Order: sequence, then structure tokens, then C-alpha cells
Amino acid sequence: MAIPRVLVLRAPGTNCDHETKFAFEQAGGSADRVHINRLLENPSLASEYQILCIPGGFSYGDDVAAGRILANQMRNHLSETMHQFKADGKLMLGICNGFQVLIKSGVLLDDDDSGEPATLTWNDHGRYEDRWVYLKVNPETPCIFLQGIEQMYLPIAHAEGKFVTRDEQVFDSLSQSGQFALHYVNSDGSAAEGFPANPNGAQSNIAGACDASGRVLGLMPHPERFLDPLQHPRWTCEGLQDEGDGLAIFRNAVQFFA
Amino acid sequence: MTLWEVDIYAGDGHPDREGISLTADARDLGLSGTADIASVRSYLLDGDVSAEQASSIAETLLADKVVEHTVVAPVGDIQLAQSPIDGATSIHVMPKAGVMDPVAASAKQAMADAGVAIDEVRTMRKYWVTGLEPNDLSTLAGKLLANDSIEQVVVGPLEMDRLQVGSPYTYELITVPIRSLDDDALMKLSSEGQLYLTLVEMQTIKTHFEELGRDPTDIELESVAQTWSEHCSHKTLAGRIAYRDENGEQRFENMLKETIFDATVQIRERLGEDDWCVSVFKDNAGIVRFDDDYNVVFKVETHNHPSALEPYGGANTGIGGVIRDPLGTGLGAKPICNTDVFCFADPSTSHENLPPGVLHPRRVMNGVVSGVRDYGNRMGIPTVNGAVYFDDRYLGNPLVYCGNVGLIPRDKSFKEVMAGDLGVAIGGRTGRDGIHGATFSSAELTSESETLSGGAVQIGNAITEKMVLDVLLEARDQGLYTAVTDCGAGGFSSAVGEMGEDLGVVVWLEKAPLKYDGLSYTEVWISEAQERMVFSVPERNWETFRELCESEGVEATVIGQFEDTGRLHLTYHGETVGDISMEFLHDGRPPIVRDAHFDAGDIQPLDVVDDAGFSDDLLAILGSLNVASKEWVIRQYDHEVQAGSVIKPLVGVENDGPGDASVVRPVLGSNQALAISCGMNPHFGDYDPYHMAASAIDEALRNCVAVGADPSRIAILDNFCWGYTDRPETLGSLVRAALACKDVAISMGTPFISGKDSLNNEFSFFDDSGEKQTISIPPTLLISAMGQVPDAAKCVTMDLKSAGNAIYLVGKTSEELGGSHWSLVRGLSGGQVPRMDTSVAKPTFEAMYKAITSSVVRACHDLSEGGLAVAAAEMAFSGGLGIALDLSAVRLSGDVTVGGEYTVKLFSESNTRFLVEVPEDKASEFEACFEGLTLSRIGSVTNDGVCKIVDGETTLIESEITALKEAWQKPLRW
Repeated sequence: MAIPRVLVLRAPGTNCDHETKFAFEQAGGSADRVHINRLLENPSLASEYQILCIPGGFSYGDDVAAGRILANQMRNHLSETMHQFKADGKLMLGICNGFQVLIKSGVLLDDDDSGEPATLTWNDHGRYEDRWVYLKVNPETPCIFLQGIEQMYLPIAHAEGKFVTRDEQVFDSLSQSGQFALHYVNSDGSAAEGFPANPNGAQSNIAGACDASGRVLGLMPHPERFLDPLQHPRWTCEGLQDEGDGLAIFRNAVQFFA
Repeated sequence: MTLWEVDIYAGDGHPDREGISLTADARDLGLSGTADIASVRSYLLDGDVSAEQASSIAETLLADKVVEHTVVAPVGDIQLAQSPIDGATSIHVMPKAGVMDPVAASAKQAMADAGVAIDEVRTMRKYWVTGLEPNDLSTLAGKLLANDSIEQVVVGPLEMDRLQVGSPYTYELITVPIRSLDDDALMKLSSEGQLYLTLVEMQTIKTHFEELGRDPTDIELESVAQTWSEHCSHKTLAGRIAYRDENGEQRFENMLKETIFDATVQIRERLGEDDWCVSVFKDNAGIVRFDDDYNVVFKVETHNHPSALEPYGGANTGIGGVIRDPLGTGLGAKPICNTDVFCFADPSTSHENLPPGVLHPRRVMNGVVSGVRDYGNRMGIPTVNGAVYFDDRYLGNPLVYCGNVGLIPRDKSFKEVMAGDLGVAIGGRTGRDGIHGATFSSAELTSESETLSGGAVQIGNAITEKMVLDVLLEARDQGLYTAVTDCGAGGFSSAVGEMGEDLGVVVWLEKAPLKYDGLSYTEVWISEAQERMVFSVPERNWETFRELCESEGVEATVIGQFEDTGRLHLTYHGETVGDISMEFLHDGRPPIVRDAHFDAGDIQPLDVVDDAGFSDDLLAILGSLNVASKEWVIRQYDHEVQAGSVIKPLVGVENDGPGDASVVRPVLGSNQALAISCGMNPHFGDYDPYHMAASAIDEALRNCVAVGADPSRIAILDNFCWGYTDRPETLGSLVRAALACKDVAISMGTPFISGKDSLNNEFSFFDDSGEKQTISIPPTLLISAMGQVPDAAKCVTMDLKSAGNAIYLVGKTSEELGGSHWSLVRGLSGGQVPRMDTSVAKPTFEAMYKAITSSVVRACHDLSEGGLAVAAAEMAFSGGLGIALDLSAVRLSGDVTVGGEYTVKLFSESNTRFLVEVPEDKASEFEACFEGLTLSRIGSVTNDGVCKIVDGETTLIESEITALKEAWQKPLRW
């Protein structure tokens, strides 16, 4: 299977679907934007794809809480489809709102007896924020999407991106299995100490998390917004890189099926 | 049936952010005690639901159990009265019945998806307050917690048992006996009916119906009032004006047509085959050529009066409304970026100094910024350019300009309604919201406006509009319709009336889907409910169109049919309720005839004396509200969604310097780009609106040129916000500005492609002694510019790049300190306001473009508020470097006050100037671009972190960039 097919799932309010499709195509994949209603009508549609991506935006307005309504829709109607998708060894990526949906739907982290083990909640300063951040990949992570990547510089743009685990046990267990895949750091790679390096107050500077298999990743930063060097906020000062830092994530996903 | 209340509290270890911030804000209100406030997010659920179901909804949908906990009980239950703070009183705030509550609508849908049927949901905010006297609670609620134009406040326990909206409507045809009314009665009808028409207009309507031998129905009268409103017809500026100034008298048959439109006509003629305008001043937005496949469109609107009453909702629906303009242009453009420009009074104004009926400027600013944020971000449209201006005359009448740029395939740029096409409404449902918005915007605001016109205030629902956008573009590409327009001011009456203008149309009003029962046929027709678009769909395409909408959950309804009758025919369940000729509706309005004059007066002297305070002046200007960093606003807007952003609004080594213009690439994979900028200078208007307008155009153009836009391909837009134009001197100042627009546009070859005006921006109240006081805004002209950038990789930013590079000053400096920020911070008035010399500006912009595209420029910044000194400081601290300038090489032009030369060199705001950083080895190539123009090499970039400006042996300014940056960032770092 040379060219994997990517399902870019969109719902009312999704708004990064075009550039996310473009990112997978730049990386060599073949991507379709598919409305959630098509998947609800025909869940078996998912079986035609190798990668499922929930892009950024404000699904259902982020009304009630970010990603909550789409997440509940998936819980109510697509739970089996999603678990089958994972069980088939396929890849799932949630970017920003997609991360919020993957967390709240129980797809990224299974619920336990006390319910959802973690969430993404309001930024500490209580506002929406658009800002570029430095990121470091956890070398212990099994995450497929982040293989071979050490550091990245990417933009975040969200109001509810503060990653929080329910309790210490959950934190320790996820930490031990390398599931905290991506952390906010300072420009020199050292651990972020509060705002703005950690833009939302996330616990332990967590910017992205994966499932135990490493095949499902959710992250708050937007890799699809940094594919080519002109998207860097300081290219006029620092010159042009060969490619944007975000492209590698999409390439890793596509090459997984090569 | 039970009315359940779900209270959601921050969980243990998680802060109650809203409570903390409200507690802090309450200290500024001057109340009797020190309030302590806790906040609760609540929902009211009305339906046949068990306790288990209500709890389950609360835990799985409404609350996030990881960080929150809930209390769920029927309204009135004792559990809901358990305060987290001892001895606190509860205050409940919820949207008034019928006000848009998007979260409630989504929650209801999500509950249905989970199999729980709820009749009605409403969101509520609940506050627990201690430390205040009982009578201060309502002050707190009114000033901080709620806005009673849209919200209902209940202090103490809630006593409700149902959430009910609407009651059945009983049809009754209403006619208005206009033929029997004398002039006084006509005017009474005009104001009490909120028609806001003039006596001559009312008399014209009376005569028309006398000729028909009948009285009009209410809906006919409303249709005429909407169509003839200032908002929809721009009758003042497009009217007959006799204008007089120091150059004599001019008579206009149609002022706008003979000034601004005419400039564009002349430019297009001159360009001949190279004309790159496509459609100007016709459609909902102006259209110009972009590349081989696409055109681009641009529109800027204002939403001032609604934002004065309800800042969040006003700004929210302002941006929502302007986005629908490109959507409704041609066959629909894809929105690619937003702009926003706001004018407020000083946010540190004391509460005691507020006139009655005025919201505090800090609250206005907060509300406006979040209103634009929540709509623009949800639409997935980057907000890339803007400005915020402060002047105390915006106290009762803030200004909110919102703009949108769209991308449209070249072959989709025109529309034509065909007879037989169905009139189809899609998107939001029709409710009682926004009734009389179009006519209300023509009225002066008073301290009573809130009670009179509260219905004109609305809240938007961005996701409904995003869904409309998604299906519209799909239907456009499938060729399913022949025309589209947005429902803006005037609602269906304007949208359908406009679409049917050349043909005729019949509208079946009972077909329009309603939010709730009880709307009369007239309310359906003039409601300005948001997020609606109207299409003309050929009958053969209707089924496909409907299925497409349904597949994405968008409601589409046939509400009428276009027919070749020349009449507007309105029916309700088969009964004719209105039948008027399109000719009378669109051409029957009597021309407005107005006098306008402008008295230029003599230039008052300005005391310009060099003293030792240059560094203090620089710090004061950097810290003045207009110049200070707007990062707090900018970062709340997603400026990078759609992945087209090349030059961001914030630039420099720490991504926080003030960029001149943003650059976006609208087509993924292509480096062809647009530069978006603006220019505005209300302070100059106090001296001479002609020079204000010219300077605003110069500023918009030089901002665009500074990043690398082609000056021969910049399209501009005008937005006039003025005071009461019935006064000849107020209208005169506007005409004078329009004359400048014409002169400058023609000389520069820069076409206006769209524009809009908002008149009567005044606020009246009765002061303590019972005297009527009126505050008129300063004449405020916003010029928005959209420049084309053939290759985004050539763009430059304003931050200094490398020590050792040369610094050049481009352009002539004269003593033009009138209305400058130097005189503002010194508290001085008088002096010559900056003028624009187009014979210099045109070649200067061309030379700048040549230099930038030849890659000899490392940084470029335009000189505006605060002149050279401010530009130098901004370039240095944005680059994290230093700058050393010697101004002895700067030759001043014209007469200069003896002993004031340094002040002029540092702070004069003369137009068409740039500071440019050039590498030493490119210096000669750079200089060659400016042959015959004024260019001075005045210094170099250093790496010592100091901004040092000398003139020969005299040190004028020597400041650390960290101190300059702090002065600039501090005022609005909220």
C-alpha cells in the first residue's frame, strides 16, 4: 500500500480541514475531507482509510466545552468504529480541537472506573491565545507520528488547552508508558517554567499525548500551520529553513504505511 | 415537567477564574463594601426528565468531571441555595427570553443525540456575592455582571417553573391611515414607529398612497422605511449637496458618485486594458483581479450603535455581518481574512465621570474585543490587521469597524436572478431579534436608547454561519443557484427586495422558519436575525440544493419566487399583506438636499521649542494609548488559521513588534499574496478633514508598501463615521474629506472599490443640572488597503536585523506637528497638520517597491504617530538591537520654527516617509532606486541595545530599548 488514504473528519465548526488535508498531501498521502454526518450514516466508511485525523476548529462551536459535543457524538455512535480502527493497527491524529475530541471521547485514553482520566481545560489566563511555542519530543514515547523528531517550533491557538490528569495515579501511569509525547520547552530546550513558554498552564508542560500503542496522538499545537519556511514568524530575520517543522509529523504518518 | 438547574463549580484545586477576576473588577466600581464573588456556570433544563437523567446529563455532557463538580436539583431546591462563601446572596443572570443562546441550542441538540428529550434549555450564570449592602447588589449586577439590554437578572433565589418562549400569533392585517395624517402626525408616526424617516419622505409616501387610493399596510410602510433608511440607501452622501469652503461653492447631484466613485471610474478608464478592477461599488463587496484563477473581494462595515448598547453582541454580529458580505458577493467568495478597527474612550476613565446610559469604556473594550474574537475565531478566518484608537469623544458612541477579504473564482464573480427562480432562505431561523436595526442606526444615541431599541441588539451564532459558509461554497461550485445575498440590516425586506429589484418577487411569509411562535408577518419580514442568506435557485436545482443543505444540517426553505412583475408582493397564508411597485420602493425616495460648509480658519500657532525633554516625549508617545502595543488584543485572535499567514501582525525577535501590514497567501501552495493594512487619523480631522483623509490614505498605502506590496495594485476602501450630518458644518467636513479621497486616489492611481458610511454618531444625555449635553465623535475616516504581493518570499518586516547595516530616511520632513502625538502628549494644540504631496508619494512608493523586490532592504518601517523617533525606537526594540542615528543629514523642507528644528526632525508626522535598513554592500543599489527623491543616510544598526539619536554634537535621545519597550507594552498589558 504505497499511498495511504487519510480521512480528515469535519463537523460543524471544524475550520482547519483544508490545510490539514493539504499537509497530508504534501507528505505524500491521499486525503479526503469527510463530514461527520457521512460517517454517522455509514460508519464502515472508516474502513476505507488508514489514517483518521480530527483537525482543529470549534466543533459545534465548542459550546458547553471544547470538543465535548463531537466527543459525545462519537461516544454515542462511533465507539465501536473507533476502537476497530485502532485495533486494525491504523493511525489517528487529533490536532487542537481534534485533541480535545480524542481525549473527551475516550478514544485516546480509555475511561477507567472513575470516568475520564484526563482533560483539556481553560488556559490559566482564561483567554484564547495565538502564540508560537517550542516543543520537545519525549525520547521515551512510542508515538509513531513523532519518530525521529527532537524539537519543534509550532503555533498554538486555543482557549482550552491546559492538559490536566484526574489524579497522580493516572499521571504516573501515563508518564511511565511514555504517553506524554510532547512538552512545552524554552527556546533552548530546557523545561518551560510557566507562561508564556507553557502557554496554558498544562500539567508538567504537556502539549501532546498518545495512547499506549503510540498510534493515536493528540496535540494542541498546529503542525499543519508550519509546512513551508515562509510560515515561520521570523523568516525575514532568521532566513528560510528547508521545510517547516510540522511536515515531519505528517510524513511519519504516511511513511508508516509505506 | 420539572425545571432542573445544573450548577457547575470549579473542582477542588482548580481556580474559579471568573470569580477571581470579577472580585478584582468590583473594587473599581466604588461600591460601599468589598465584594467577594464566586461564579457558577449553570444550565436550566425544562422537560420531562428524571433525576437520574438530569444527573447523567450534568456529568457526561455539561460538566467536566476532571476539573469540575456539579449540583443538580429542581429550581427552588434547598441544595441550590448552598453558597460556597458564608452568608452570600445569589445573583442569577440569564439571556432574556428570545435572545440567542447558542450554547443552550447546542446543548439541547447534544441531549437529544444522547436520547434525552428536553423541551427547552437556557444557560445561566450564577454568582454568590458577600460584602455588599443590599442596594449595591443591583449596581454590581448592572455594571459588572449583566447587561439588561439582553439579560435578565434575578437577585436571591430563583422562582421559575418553566422556560417559555413565544405565544401563538393571531393574524390581523394592519393598515396605517397615513392619508389622514397632518405633518405633525406624520413625524410622530415616523419616530414612534421607529421608521426614522424625514417629513418630506413621509409626505412622499402619503402622496403615493393617495394616488393609489388606499392606505398602506404596516408591512408596506416598514418596507419603504427599511429601503429608504440611511443604512440601506446612503441617502445623505448619495444626495444633493451644496458645499462651500474657502475655494468657493460646489453643487453635487450625488456627492459620493461625483467624488469617490468618480475617481475609480477615471482610474479604470486610464488603465484601459490593464484595468484590474472587476466590480466596484455595486455588489456587497468590491472585487479586483488576483491571479489567473481567482479574484479577491474586500468589504469593511461598522456596527457602532449596537456595540454601544451591548459591546459583545454588537461586535459579534458586526464581524458576523461583514463576513456575509463577501459570501454574498458574486456567487459567493471564500472569506480568507478579517480586519478590525476600534475606537474607544480612555479605559481608565473614572466611573463617576460616566454620563447616564453609558457603559464604562473598559467594559466596552473588553466586550468588543471578545465579541470579534469569538465570532472570527469560530469562523476559521484569521484576523490579520487592525488598530485601536482612543479619544474621549468615543465615550457614548464607540466605533467598531469589521472587515473581510474573500477569494472568488473569476467565473463566479457575477450574479443574475432569473424570473422563475425560487427565493430560498438558508441558515439561522427568524426571531424577534434585531427588529429595527437598519432604521435604528440612523438615529442618534441617547441615554434612553437602551430601553427604546434593545430589540436591535443581538448575539450571533458563529457556527450556524460556518455551516452556511460550508454549504454555500459547495453549492456555488456545483452551480446550483443564480444569485445570492446576505440578510443584513433590514432582514428579508432588504435582501429579497434588493434581489428582486430588477424583476419582481412574491414572498410567502408564513414559510419562513421561526425560532418561536408569535411573530407577526411584519416582524418576519424585517427581523434582522443573524446568519441568514437568501439565494435564487432555479426550480430544477431545488431538490439538489435542499439535499446538500440537509446533508450538513443546514435548514433551507423556499420562501418565495422571483417573477417578472416589477412588484414586491407579500402574502401570509394566501392573503396579500403588501403589494408595492419596485419602482416606488427603490426610486421613489425624494432626494435629500443638504447644505454643507467648511470653514478652514487660520492655522493657530503651535509653540515648538526644543528643550531637554526629548527622551521623556518619546517614552510618553510610546506609552500613549494609540501607539502602545495592542498585543493583548492581537493574540486573542487566531491570525494563522487557513495556514496562509506569511507576515504576521506581530513581528521581530520576540514576535511582539508592531508590523506595518500583514501578508497572507490565500491559495495553499502558491506564493502570490495580499498585504492588508489600514490608515486612520481622527486627530488630524480636528484641524482639516482634507488632510486627515489624504494622510489616512497615505498611511494605509505606506503600510502596505512597507512590507512589499506593489503600489500600482493597491485597492482601498473608505468608511466614514461622522457626527450629525444635518448640521452643515458636520456634513461640510465630510464632503471635504471625500474631496481629498477623490484627489488622492486619482493622482496615485489607487482605486476605491467599496465603502460605507455611518452617520449621526452622537450621544446625548441630560447632565446633573438638567441641561442636554451632546458628545459628537471626531470625524473618523478609516482607509483599508489590500495590496498585491506577487512573491511573498520578497516581503520584509520592520524589525532591525543586523548590527552594522545602514539606516536611511526616505521622504521629506516638514514642520507638521498639528494633531501629532507629540502635541497630544504635551497637551498642545495648533500647528500645521500633515499634508500629502502625491507628486512625491507616487514615485516614492514605486522606488520603495523596487528596492524591496530587488532584495536590498532588510527592514522597513513607515513613519506615523510619533514620527521618526517612535519608528526608530520600535525598529530597535522589535529587532532586539540598537540604533544610532545622526539627524544632521536631515534637511527640513519648508519654513521651520527657529529653535524647534530638533523637535520637528524627531516628532513631525509628515507623510510618505520610511526608515529603512540596508546592508552596506547593497547601499549603492538601494540609493539608485531613489534617484531624484529625498533620501538621507542617517545612521546604522548597533548591537548595544540603545536607541541613540544625535544631531551633530547634540545628543537628543539616548534610551535603553528595554525601557522603551516597557513603556510601549505596559499600558494595554491587561
